Amino acid sequence: MPFIPHTEDDVKTMLKTIGVKSTDDLFDEIPSNLRINDLNALDVGLNEMAMGRDMKDRAARDGGLACFLGAGAYEHHIPAAVWQITGRGEFLTAYTPYQAEASQGTLQLLYEYQTMMAHLMGLEVSNASLYDGASALAEAVLMAVRTNTAAKESRILIAGNLHPHYRQTIEALVRPQGILLETLPYNDKTGCLETQLPKIENGDIVAVVIAQPNFFGGIEEVDAITDWAHQHQALVIAVVNPIAMALLKEPGAWGQRGADIVCGEGQPLGIPLASGGPYFGFLCTKMDYVRQMPGRLIGRTVDQDGKPGFSLTLQAREQHIRRAKATSNICTNQGLAVTAATIYMSLLGASGLSDVAKASHANSKTLCAALTAIPGIRLRFNSPYFHEFVIECPCTADVLIQALLKKNILAGLDLSVLSPELDHCLLICVTETKTADDINAYVNAFLHALQNITSISTTVED
Amino acid sequence: MLIFEISAKGRRNHLQAPRLAPAATDIPAHLLRHKAPLFPEVSELQVVRHYTQLSRKNFSIDTQFYPLGSCTMKYNPRGVHQLASLEGFLQHHPLTPASHSQGYLQSAYELQQILSHITGLSAVSLTPMAGAQGEFAGVAMIRAYHLSRGDTARTEFLVPDAAHGTNPATAVMCGFRIKEIPTDKHGDVDLDALRAAVGPHTAGIMLTNPSTLGVFERRISEIAKIIHAAGGLLYYDGANLNAILGKCRPGDMGFDVMHINLHKTFATPHGGGGPGSGPVAANDRLKPFLPTPIVGYDGKQYRWLTTKDCPQSIGRLSAFMGNAGIILRANIYARLLGREGLCRVSEYATLNANYLMARLQQAGFTLAFPDRRASHEFIITFKKEAKTLGVSAKDIAKRLLDYGVHAPTTYFPLLVPECFLIEPTETESKEELDNFINILITILKEAKDSPDLVKQAPHNLPVRRLDDLKAAKELDLTWRE
Repeated sequence: MPFIPHTEDDVKTMLKTIGVKSTDDLFDEIPSNLRINDLNALDVGLNEMAMGRDMKDRAARDGGLACFLGAGAYEHHIPAAVWQITGRGEFLTAYTPYQAEASQGTLQLLYEYQTMMAHLMGLEVSNASLYDGASALAEAVLMAVRTNTAAKESRILIAGNLHPHYRQTIEALVRPQGILLETLPYNDKTGCLETQLPKIENGDIVAVVIAQPNFFGGIEEVDAITDWAHQHQALVIAVVNPIAMALLKEPGAWGQRGADIVCGEGQPLGIPLASGGPYFGFLCTKMDYVRQMPGRLIGRTVDQDGKPGFSLTLQAREQHIRRAKATSNICTNQGLAVTAATIYMSLLGASGLSDVAKASHANSKTLCAALTAIPGIRLRFNSPYFHEFVIECPCTADVLIQALLKKNILAGLDLSVLSPELDHCLLICVTETKTADDINAYVNAFLHALQNITSISTTVED
Repeated sequence: MLIFEISAKGRRNHLQAPRLAPAATDIPAHLLRHKAPLFPEVSELQVVRHYTQLSRKNFSIDTQFYPLGSCTMKYNPRGVHQLASLEGFLQHHPLTPASHSQGYLQSAYELQQILSHITGLSAVSLTPMAGAQGEFAGVAMIRAYHLSRGDTARTEFLVPDAAHGTNPATAVMCGFRIKEIPTDKHGDVDLDALRAAVGPHTAGIMLTNPSTLGVFERRISEIAKIIHAAGGLLYYDGANLNAILGKCRPGDMGFDVMHINLHKTFATPHGGGGPGSGPVAANDRLKPFLPTPIVGYDGKQYRWLTTKDCPQSIGRLSAFMGNAGIILRANIYARLLGREGLCRVSEYATLNANYLMARLQQAGFTLAFPDRRASHEFIITFKKEAKTLGVSAKDIAKRLLDYGVHAPTTYFPLLVPECFLIEPTETESKEELDNFINILITILKEAKDSPDLVKQAPHNLPVRRLDDLKAAKELDLTWRE
């Protein structure tokens, strides 16, 4: 039987030991009117070989595109060693390290992860992960409400150029607690937050949420916004791309006092795109706020012989101890993805990560220059960007996306998802994975598509 | 040794990143980073050796019997892992147009159908990323349902005292007050207390069945009647679904909404604490409130349904569509087993649990509910041993580690003192169970003959008992130079 080792003799002996005649008798406490006898509406099982053919066929239907799409999930080179080691059964098939002595591998790795992530963000503490970037931001908002008790109301100001899915996720996850979410507008020309920041009263706002880079790839004037928020006794929540932090100023150094809570999507650090998950969310903060943090924390301590070791700590924040008074309901997090990220960061080192960031930036500049040299194509926002930019086209972005798909190129994101008036705008991402040939292929396919579209519209007009 | 302690300044690993990447001269200097983060500088071999050695300090299903109650630590099939890791799936961007996502979408849609059939509920959303997020989705849906009817008085959620900690924590996240319902001496919900607790403020109840006490809640239909009569709804915590696959269905028991832990019942790897996946299933009444995105099918093409298609949805719970890789694995697992194999899961999980329970009782261990049938898990208590021998459940758990067995869940549920919650799962052989029984008998003997051996355990692991007090008092959460 698949994955069940029992022989007929085993079953006989076991039933006899229990004192019943059949396995069916073991379900005799279920009221008979609730019993069902089969799952016959489902298919019969396949063997591994047949399943292999089926899944290879499905995978082939989804693969093979050259990816120039980012928008929160980014294709980067993943060194072979990352998943070869992460995939070891001892990491893959362990669970939450409740028995510390039997989980020192996972625990030490998580401590090393916390260290690297805290240093990357320029903050003192990192937790051991949350589900993904968007839900991590929702947890950051809830944490800010618990932390900033001086605020009169639970009001949060959210950058209008935050990833729209992040905004939707926060709405769903924090709305039941009566938290007010308001929008900090962005400038239509720069795509960045307005430099003229709104007038607010001291203590009116719990926290301000800033994305660096923002959804359009643009780089925000984080120092000024951070200082403005702090002057009004609001906390600063930074949503950042971890690879960008190898190049851009780390949130702990923003303004006079640095961002208070930093979160984001950990996927760029060695996690494949994989249809959207599993990824992991990271969350870092200042030591003063650690007791309001959600999620697991690993501490270094000693054993009874004085030998260094690691264990889950500050568990009194968590649901399995505190129940209704916990900082979050989170239990299972994204341990395996964090394992991969830790190995990725170790393999690249600070200089390697910086090279990945710089090469992604340079490649995106190259493609952007080539595209905006085409008559009728312009850069939509005139701010510096990291590795994503928005172009405005003479046709809808969707038409171009469909045309480039025919050449097996995933051209970018149609920004009508954000707002209908941006339907001629295409958000494009280029990472270090793209060669000069890849970029040329994009430009050629793009030109070809534009020519077709122009000639079609000319024909129609004629 | 930490990875930072084998680091040497200037050691570079140039293979993994583009060399000589040009400087970003177009970005203003005040927006650039000026101090490199403190990362280790190590060679590829040093990284591989360091983390391989760390992995060997872990217990795991692949290396040890892992009877962790309520966690369903069954074998995670290698074939499933391999097929979910095919290149086409891994390189697939979540926002790829549906025309180039049919392989994944079909797999997700099939899983929605399978879960709907198994649970007896009419619709499924796969987006919650773990059990606790599935709970959040379900309770938020109940909240949205009451509000959609203008019923704003329902501010209380009922939770049995045996519930997982996530249950009350979730209800609070959804803005509810908690009323705890006691358990009677047979392990069932105290019906008189329940009747006294319900009223116009009752939004709903969160229940696990079989409960965390390892027994089936026999009067579930009556509970459903009481809650529904009061205008409340029933949430089913699917942590123990492995016990009833193909035997009975939460939808038939009267539950309105539930989550399923794919990382338990559907054998996806636990990954040292995740990723999990907690799809949520609902009946017709709550279906409009399911979180998005959901996969739809028009007979030709699969596509994502969003809030445009589902205007009453509680919304989005993640940036994309949940833990897609786990959803793929669950699909493959379910279709490998098929209809017969899925029914066998609960049969053999229950057989293993009842066999273990019977043998342990014969060997003199104290069962928490000796007159009850075990579900896929059961509880023994060391209350007697703690009193007479001064050896606690924790001591015995630590000694088990010395013998190469992961400890069962300890001190949960909270209402049974000095307890072990033991869940062997269906994938363990009789020999493995017999070995576990013999080890427990040996430890009990040690506890009588040389109690210090047990109280000081573990002795054979990379570390001995850790100073948790020091860990919490002198917080050391990051390494500093």
